[in-house]
Amino acid sequence: MATPIESEIIGHFGPYGGRFVPEALIGALDELALAHEVASNDPLFQVELAELHRTYTGRPSILTEAKRFAEHAGGARILLKREDLNHTGSHKINNVLGQALLTKRMGKKRIIAETGAGQHGVASATAAALMGLECVVYMGEEDTKRQSLNVARMKLLGAQVVPVTQGSRTLKDAINEAMRDWVTNVETTHYLLGTVAGPHPFPTMVRDFHRIIGIEARAQTLELVGRLPDAVLACVGGGSNAIGIFHPFIDDKDVRLIGLEAGGCGVASGLHAATITGGSPGVLHGTRSYVLQDENGQTVESHSISAGLDYPGVGPEHAYLHDIGRAEYRAITDDQAMQAFELMCKTEGIIPAIETAHALAGAIHIGKELGPDAVLLINLSGRGDKDVQTAAEYFGIPL
Amino acid sequence: MSTALEELFIRTKSENRAALIAYLPAGFPSQRQCIDALKAMIEGGVDAVEIGFPYSDPVMDGPVIQEAAETSLRQGTGAKEVFETVAAISDLVPTVIMTYWNPIERFGVDNFLKTLKSNGGSGVITPDLTIEESTSWLESSAEHNTNRIYVIAPSTSDERLRKVVDKASGFVYAASLMGVTGTRTAVSSSAQSLVTRIRTSTELPVAVGLGVSTPAQAHEVAQYADGVIVGSAFIRLLQESATESEGIAKVKELATNLREALGRP
Repeated sequence: MATPIESEIIGHFGPYGGRFVPEALIGALDELALAHEVASNDPLFQVELAELHRTYTGRPSILTEAKRFAEHAGGARILLKREDLNHTGSHKINNVLGQALLTKRMGKKRIIAETGAGQHGVASATAAALMGLECVVYMGEEDTKRQSLNVARMKLLGAQVVPVTQGSRTLKDAINEAMRDWVTNVETTHYLLGTVAGPHPFPTMVRDFHRIIGIEARAQTLELVGRLPDAVLACVGGGSNAIGIFHPFIDDKDVRLIGLEAGGCGVASGLHAATITGGSPGVLHGTRSYVLQDENGQTVESHSISAGLDYPGVGPEHAYLHDIGRAEYRAITDDQAMQAFELMCKTEGIIPAIETAHALAGAIHIGKELGPDAVLLINLSGRGDKDVQTAAEYFGIPL
Repeated sequence: MSTALEELFIRTKSENRAALIAYLPAGFPSQRQCIDALKAMIEGGVDAVEIGFPYSDPVMDGPVIQEAAETSLRQGTGAKEVFETVAAISDLVPTVIMTYWNPIERFGVDNFLKTLKSNGGSGVITPDLTIEESTSWLESSAEHNTNRIYVIAPSTSDERLRKVVDKASGFVYAASLMGVTGTRTAVSSSAQSLVTRIRTSTELPVAVGLGVSTPAQAHEVAQYADGVIVGSAFIRLLQESATESEGIAKVKELATNLREALGRP
């Protein structure tokens, strides 16, 4: 699926991407890249996945116009792509079902996954249950405490959840541990990576499975307003929901693509997860991209109120889109995100994921900048059920 | 001009034995104790030293080295301490740095090798640098005459193996098994067949690492490999010792016993 912005060197986006992994994984990555390429060109695979999305995920997801919310966003038209209505409650299922089908095609019976907030872990456990695969989810010990409800969900679905006690005990350490498992068990196991980071083919493959978001949303926007949006907005942690909705718009040069990163307590404070805004080029988890790092190249711990954005790396394609100026990236603080979260709840009756609230905060800013004639398309990437406890604590609601 | 590491393998070959290569992360248990421990291990018979650049996200390492790296990083170990350790040891035996790629990229590829060379180091082991991403690395290491040591895994295909060893120098690092670093009860049977496969593609010395910890295992590996790499076993002795002097004595004893096991009939 070569696009005009991809480098002729497979798996690279300009200077970013590639493979920085132990030699032991190269064979498995080659096998996966081939399986993905074959499946991409196989109508049977496409039909099987489309049918699963129709009868299981609940696709196409709808477009909702947020008219009351829009009053707080400069009067611009606000269109929400409702990935929160997918089965399991977020966009993550798009990628997971695709990779689970590939796992079966490769003849593997066991999947491993990392998870931060638990959304990808839940989606992976769900797909494993559906397809009869063994599933082990690595989750930082800190995150198992922050997201205990999702730990229970994964266990109910039959997955084994392994709390990771190394390092900062969050998402990045869960990825380290999953990679160690994969190096050891690569013969029988597929690593079902949950975002557009990691070594080739993950950034390309995961993006391809999420492009359906942008393909649907582009057609739905044209149908509803008769033209393309002025801007497409999405939150960016690793960047999977953002690249999914951005990618089908890349050739539409008049459509601004805006990624909202987790600014935590503010980028200047150092306590944030805004990797492009506040990081620098480097290598983490098998790919070259922007990284939060110190002068010795050690990864710096990220901070965000949103566990799903709390990651010190970002997908390499985003790094490239940023450098060539095709996409813009801005940081949204914890407080700005929570204000937008509250506003979405009270004006539209939609409780968004706190990750998604970063995109909504961005919409408030951009709407005011562009004014009432503007049309903004926002990826409502996930629902906030999992965040009720965090939000209740933030707003002082007794539980 | 050959590096000290290359000269070592010429010598051990003439002595009909394998070389003993020891690994410790720089700054572990502390900057000074690391250098003291390495010197004791060299007195015990270690032929060459791999100095680890402790890294925040060591995906190739098992729990023992992870914990040692964390201990070292908490004390602020960085490039300065790594190169200091290289300088302190290079007068005694050949040294190489073992590091994940990002610290090199952050330091600057050319600058890293220039600094390695000026401190007496012979080369660098790069466990997560694939041959496809090596363009700048190949150029700079040629210019500074440093050894490029790549890791080959049991799963590496013959075709790929040829591509990698073609760019390697110093020695080829054969990973004995599919997995991360750490001690194992037995050396995997895949090690010998991997060494045999590597030898069909290169004249370079081949050293075996991952899971070698006892003199008996070292003896077994020494019968078919040119070098035996031991890391986690030394680290564990330092972690388990109640006092500094006990740790020093134990790593020296292990080095002595390993070295005695490396002869061939």
